[in-house]
This record gives sequence, structure tokens and C-alpha cells, in this order.
Amino acid sequence: MLLQQIINGLTLGATYALIALGYTMVYGIIQLINFAHGDIYMIGAFIGVAAVAIFHQNFFLTLATAMLACVILGVTIERVAYRPLRRAPRLNLLITTIGVSIFLETFMTVLKGPQPTGFPTVLKNVTLRVGELEFSSIQLVILLVSLVLMVGLQIIIKYTKIGKAMRAASEDYDTASLMGININRVISFTFAIGSALAAAGGVLVGIYFNSVSPYMGVTAGLKAFVAAVLGGIGNIPGAMLGGLLLGLAEVFGVAAGFSTYKDAIAFTLLIIILLVRPTGLLGRPIQRKV
Amino acid sequence: MLVGIYIIAALGLNLITGVCGQLTFGHAAFLSIGAYTAAILTRDFHMPFLASLILGGLMAALFGVLLGIPVLKLTGDYLGIATLGFGEIVRVAFTNMKITGGAIGLAAIPRASNLINVTVFVILAVVAMVLLENSRFGRALRAIREDEIAAGAMGINTMWYKIQAFGIGCFLAGISGGFYAHLLQYLNPNDFGFLKSFEILNFVVLGGLGSIPGTIVGTTVLTLAPEFLRFVQEYRMMIYGLLLVLMMIFRPNGLLGGVNFRRLLRRRKQKAAAISG
Repeated sequence: MLLQQIINGLTLGATYALIALGYTMVYGIIQLINFAHGDIYMIGAFIGVAAVAIFHQNFFLTLATAMLACVILGVTIERVAYRPLRRAPRLNLLITTIGVSIFLETFMTVLKGPQPTGFPTVLKNVTLRVGELEFSSIQLVILLVSLVLMVGLQIIIKYTKIGKAMRAASEDYDTASLMGININRVISFTFAIGSALAAAGGVLVGIYFNSVSPYMGVTAGLKAFVAAVLGGIGNIPGAMLGGLLLGLAEVFGVAAGFSTYKDAIAFTLLIIILLVRPTGLLGRPIQRKV
Repeated sequence: MLVGIYIIAALGLNLITGVCGQLTFGHAAFLSIGAYTAAILTRDFHMPFLASLILGGLMAALFGVLLGIPVLKLTGDYLGIATLGFGEIVRVAFTNMKITGGAIGLAAIPRASNLINVTVFVILAVVAMVLLENSRFGRALRAIREDEIAAGAMGINTMWYKIQAFGIGCFLAGISGGFYAHLLQYLNPNDFGFLKSFEILNFVVLGGLGSIPGTIVGTTVLTLAPEFLRFVQEYRMMIYGLLLVLMMIFRPNGLLGGVNFRRLLRRRKQKAAAISG
């Protein structure tokens, strides 16, 4: 029973982690809370639905299409809406992200209507049994895909040139640009990766809950953001850890009988962690300079 | 009338974020605390409107101070995030409580807000804010905004001032909530989600952070904009979102941000003097 809950929690947590990574990478480099990120996740799910119709139920093609489309979307949004404000006060940039978020949500509502649509079957849902444990093949796919994507991300960040540039930029933005790093390219790339991961999360969640709606990104985005903060915003392993922790906390909270307060669990956890460790579990302490 | 109600709330937020520089994303929570408190008092306990309005404001201020004491230790984005979390917790709590009507909402609130009492309170709030900003208290808050460490070094008890500012801001939000409840006569926890908090933040930022006339103009424009955009029907919110983005790109300091009315007047006088002299 306990193991069963852990598996459910990890599945949920893995999807949070996928979205949280986008928040955390963007924050790490330009200190921006990108509130439109949750909506990219939503658009990813919708593109997934459309792609299933086109590619006749091939799961991997669906996933790849959604990811690719969201890469284009994410980079375009950054180019059009965020880049002109690079040197503006940070609060303005924040409000711009909210403007983009409202725009994307209403755009999808106009296109598809506010009701949730089901996700067409792409994966056969088989219940697997290992001893006492029961889990669906979909859960297994979610865990595996998330694992592959996260390992892939780590490889990009640790071993490629652009990954090195990203790390340098998050260390010190101005110095990195003085060292000949094309900072605009790094930021575009960061948005690209973040959007791809969010799209993957969107497709996986769409399949898992069999429901896609224009406002699905609001709560999921907020919670993923909480996950990013829990782990220490700007810190990539932190986002993964935060996502998994949050998933586990929610599943156990519901199991413990707090199901009506499910959405509050994440935020209570958030406030407690912020008070005890203001920069999150794996975050570096902020230095206050005069 | 809704404009006036939002102006009261936006003035409160302007004090916290604009004058004192403390980022908060949970203003709607205090609006809802004031709204529910006032509504329940008049509806179930038949209290007079004015008394319940004030009590609603005090309740919001109380929660603001209780939240502020631990949370205002945080700085910058982290404070924003924590208040965002608090806002969502309040929303979920109201959805699950019996006395607030839960997810169905609280209906049949007597209608007591009218143009006169809203206007009176707006004027009171504006006057109070102007006086406050030009007092020792206001100067201390501005010092904290500019540089918290330096302000602390100058002997300002930054924590205490921040908590006070937070309490006053939340009090105004609570008052505004009370009016809101007695205008719409119906409350639903989902109306006070984080989007509402950002809406109020937009008012303040669009008008120009820290500027009282700016806050008033920003609130008026943004409250009326969706009404004027009604002719485009379902594309309304889409255009609203687009407008926000464009405003931020082309008018980054807000409509009236950085415009100092006194200096403007003085310059005009000087010009006139130069011409006549």
C-alpha cells in the first residue's frame, strides 16, 4: 500500500518536475518568473491531441511534434514579448509574462471552448502487477519518458558547449557576455529546452488523466513553480527533487484524508520551506551586498 | 463604482509594493478576507454596513500582520512567492469552509455599496495615502525601498515599518473587499484567485509604481478597458493580454511613472517666468 502510493506520487511528481525545470532554468539565467510557462504546457497537450489525429496514434511521433511545436512557440514568445524588456524593471517583465499567459489561455478557449476534451488513446492501458503492486502501463511510460528527458537534460547541461554557456550565464550574466558568449542565443536555447520539457509534460499528463483544457496550465503551472522553489529556484537537480517531493506530498496528503485541501498542500509546504530555508532545499543562500 | 472599489485596494498595494518595495502576489486574499468577513457580518449577524466594513478591513489587516511577521523576513521574489502561496491557501480554505458557503459561494448579501459611500472612502483613502507618504513614516518606507540595508543602518526599524505598511495595505484591501461584496451581492472563492492579485498589481504597475495619481489612472483604465473591449466579444481577454504586453514594452515605467506633478508644475511656472521676464 505504501509502495503503491509512492509510485503514484512519483508519477505525479515526475510531471511536475518536467514543468518545474523550465521555470528554474529561465529563472537561473534571467531571474524571471515566467508565468506563461504553464500555458506552454497546456498548448503542448493540445498539440498532442491534434498530432494524434494526424499521425494515427504513434506515441513517440505525438510527443516529438508537441515538443517541437512548443520549442518554436517558446522561442517566439521570448523573442517578441520578453527580449524588448531585457533591461526594463523586473516587475514589468513579470506582468508581461502574465499578459502572455492570459493571451494564450483565451486563445485556446476561443479555439476549442472552455470545456475539457479527452485525449484520444495513444497507448494501450494495461494494468501491470508486481506482487502486491499495481500500476498502469501509462504510469510506467510517464516515469520512463521523464527519466530519459531529465538524464538527457543533465547531459546537455554538463557536457555540451551550449550547456556550459548556460551554466556560465546563470553564474553571472554580464561576465558571461563579456567572455564572448552570445547571451541571446543562450536565452533562446533555455526557453527552447524549457518549452520542450513542458510540452512533454503536457502530453503525458493529458494521456494520464485523459483530459485537456485551456485552463489546465494554471494550477499545474503554479504547482510546478512551487516545486521549483522548493528545490531552490535556479537549481536544476533541485527542480527535479522538488517536483518529486511535491508529487509525493500531494498523494500522501490525499491518502491521509485531506483530499479537499489537495491544492493547499503544495502552498503550505512552500511557505514552511521558505521560512526554514529561504532559498529552497538545494538553493544557495542569497548574499546581501551593500 | 467598481473602479472606486479597486482604487481602494490598489492604493493599499501601492503602499506595499510601490512605496515600500515589497513584492506581494497575494493581495486578492486580503480582499476576500475583508469581503467574506463583512458579508457574513451583515448577512448573518445583521450588523450595520459601516461597522462590518471596518471589521472586515481590520480582519484583513490582522491576517496581513500575522502573515507579515514571519514572511516579511523574505526579500524580493521569495516574498512574492510566499504571498502567492498564502493567497492560494486562503482560496482553498474558503472553498472548504461551511460559513463561507464553500464552492457554491455566498449569496444574498444585502446591497449597501453606493456611489456616495464608495466615493467618500476613495477620497478618505487618497487623502490618507498622500498624508502618509509625505510623513516620517512614508519617507522611512521609501528609504526601505531604495536600500533596505542602508535604511536599517540609518536607524530605521525596517521590519516594524514593513509590517505596518503591510497591515495598512491589507486593511485597505479588506475595506475594498467589503464594498465589493455589498456591490455584487455574491461571493465565490474562485473570484479571488491569484489572477485577481495580479490584476490589482497590473493596476499599480501600469499606472506607475509608487505614484498615487498613477494608481488611480491605471485602475480606471484597466477596469474600464475590458468593458470598452466588449465589442470584440470572446477575443476580449486575448486583446487585454496583448495590451498588457504592449504597454510594458512601450511604456515601461507605467502611464504616469516617474512623472512628478509638483516638478511639472514648477517647471511650467519657471517657463512662464522666463517668458514674462
